[in-house]
Amino acid sequence: MEVVLALGIGVLSASGVWLILRPRSFQVVLGLSLLSYAVNLFLYAMGRLRVDAPPLVGSGANDPANYADPLPQALVLTAIVISFAMTALLLVVILASRGLTGTDHVDGDDAE
Amino acid sequence: MMQGWASHLIVAPILLPLLAAAAMLLLDERRHRAKNIISLVTVLALFAVSVALLVETIRLGFSGNSATRVYLLGDWAAPFGISLVADWLSSLMLVLTSILGITSLIYSYARWDRAGPRFQALYLLQLMGLNGAFLTGDLFNLFVFFEILLAASYGLLLHGSGPRRVKAGLHYVAINVGASLLFLIGVGLIYGVAGTLNMADLATIIPGTVGAELTLLQSGFAVLGIAFLIKAGMWPVGFWLPRTYAAAAPPAAALFAILSKVGIYALLRVYLLLFGGGEGWTGSFGEEWLLYGGIATIIYGTLGILAARTLSRVAGYCVIISSGTLLGAIGAGEGAVIGGVLFYLVSSTLGISAFYLLVELVERKEEADASVRAVAEPVFEDEYTGARTTDGEDEVGLVIPASIAILGGGFIFCSLLLAGLPPLSGFIAKFAVIHGLVNLGPVIPPTIWTLVAMMIVSGMATMVATTRAGIDMIWTPSERQPPPLRLAEALPVGLLLLVCLGLMIFAGPVMHYMERTGQSLQDRQGYINAVLGAERVSDGARAPREL
Repeated sequence: MEVVLALGIGVLSASGVWLILRPRSFQVVLGLSLLSYAVNLFLYAMGRLRVDAPPLVGSGANDPANYADPLPQALVLTAIVISFAMTALLLVVILASRGLTGTDHVDGDDAE
Repeated sequence: MMQGWASHLIVAPILLPLLAAAAMLLLDERRHRAKNIISLVTVLALFAVSVALLVETIRLGFSGNSATRVYLLGDWAAPFGISLVADWLSSLMLVLTSILGITSLIYSYARWDRAGPRFQALYLLQLMGLNGAFLTGDLFNLFVFFEILLAASYGLLLHGSGPRRVKAGLHYVAINVGASLLFLIGVGLIYGVAGTLNMADLATIIPGTVGAELTLLQSGFAVLGIAFLIKAGMWPVGFWLPRTYAAAAPPAAALFAILSKVGIYALLRVYLLLFGGGEGWTGSFGEEWLLYGGIATIIYGTLGILAARTLSRVAGYCVIISSGTLLGAIGAGEGAVIGGVLFYLVSSTLGISAFYLLVELVERKEEADASVRAVAEPVFEDEYTGARTTDGEDEVGLVIPASIAILGGGFIFCSLLLAGLPPLSGFIAKFAVIHGLVNLGPVIPPTIWTLVAMMIVSGMATMVATTRAGIDMIWTPSERQPPPLRLAEALPVGLLLLVCLGLMIFAGPVMHYMERTGQSLQDRQGYINAVLGAERVSDGARAPREL
């Protein structure tokens, strides 16, 4: 499981970094989204990978060893919401830029 | 001892603007007068609250107690819940924020508040994010407040629209989203190793870390540091800053003057607490990076300011120079020069903010407002797209005749302040930093000499650039009538310069405060004890808390 997750994070980050260095604004948005997925998975993994371990403590006997660390999951939730909102905002800015400059180049100028 | 409601004062700088901004979203765009009144009352209340916190800090601190007050949100004990911490540094930054908050807001009333929708709500949310970042005692909350202030700053940067702002905004949003992801990676690594994000708790755990965990922890803090330095505008990661700030509407740019200082604040807070003065690797972590990065930043700013063709670019490179000076001095001296560094931080922030406000007044003559007229089509039904009225009927304030004299006077004052020439507070600040730097040890290493030399050269370059621009734009006789200056535009600039004048006249007591702040940042154990030892309200049968 660790290898799969590590590979997933690695592939997402690499694709994300490559995409945000591209000149088209849509590629940049996709790159930032992929990077934020990678970061969210990474944050989640920082609470250690556990199978069949709920993050919430139930009633009855509570042995902390049976539970996953809830904090990274809460952090990931916050990070997902924030990056989602920022992506939406970036899309609006990109649409405005496309409308004002007539090109989807990130510098608003297609001359190479 | 802090009684009942007074202990809740710490959370007010976050709650007040949040509630006011939320209430203002309910108001229609056409009711801008009501919005203006609500936002003005809010920033004045913020000022009153932060001054009250500052007075409390001084009172507690100089009577021998610990000035660090902790507010436990939801009454959860410190390492588990979220804690807000008001101490010497936080109180200072809160007051600085609220001063800029008042002046930029008054300035926007002249006409900028009508250049786009929901200006005041975004403005107050920006203040909320700033205040939260200065108050929080926890790394993840620092991230959340960073995001709040960034999200609001995206809106403020795009305020008024137009191709230039949208282009700068696109870059700014993309760069800052990237920086936030770095912030998260750093926070994740730190949590993975230490199992906590509370700064005081981290400070107790870090010295005991060894082996592979140590490498991970150091990488975490290095990545986190890069996120802060992007905000602060350090050399290889600060190219976005001058163009972005130059594109922003003047009241927004004047508030952004403190935005880059948030990065500096975060560095001061996190790095001095976690790595200040310990033995082994914690004592010198990242120091030389800050020193060399700071020197490179000053060089970049100096070259930029000499090459800048417009005044708003000059102001942008002033921000870069100011950041470089602060970073270099922090890297060189750790805690020892903090007093001077803080004085410089306050003085340069006020000066730059005033300069951004003046820039627009001076350049208005040149540009004839081409940038404001390009307002986009309305997106929402309730948007007021008339940008601003050209007739002076409903304007607040009156037209001042001798506008060129006032502009020129303010401009000279600002230039002296930013260049650091005597007798103004900019000089005292630079002198205090240099004095601290050359007294660090018996032998002064060449790097420190380079830093000191660059600080002086950058001041001269600032003088050259502002003089040249001033001659071009103010003293050159013009055929046209000088633009009318409104009271709402002259007043904030005057207020900011007055505060700088106050800093100069009361330099003694202010410097005393800054030095106490420096000492409190050195006193890491005091901070740790105050935060981790903070008592929950419900424990003591609702008795007033001893602090």
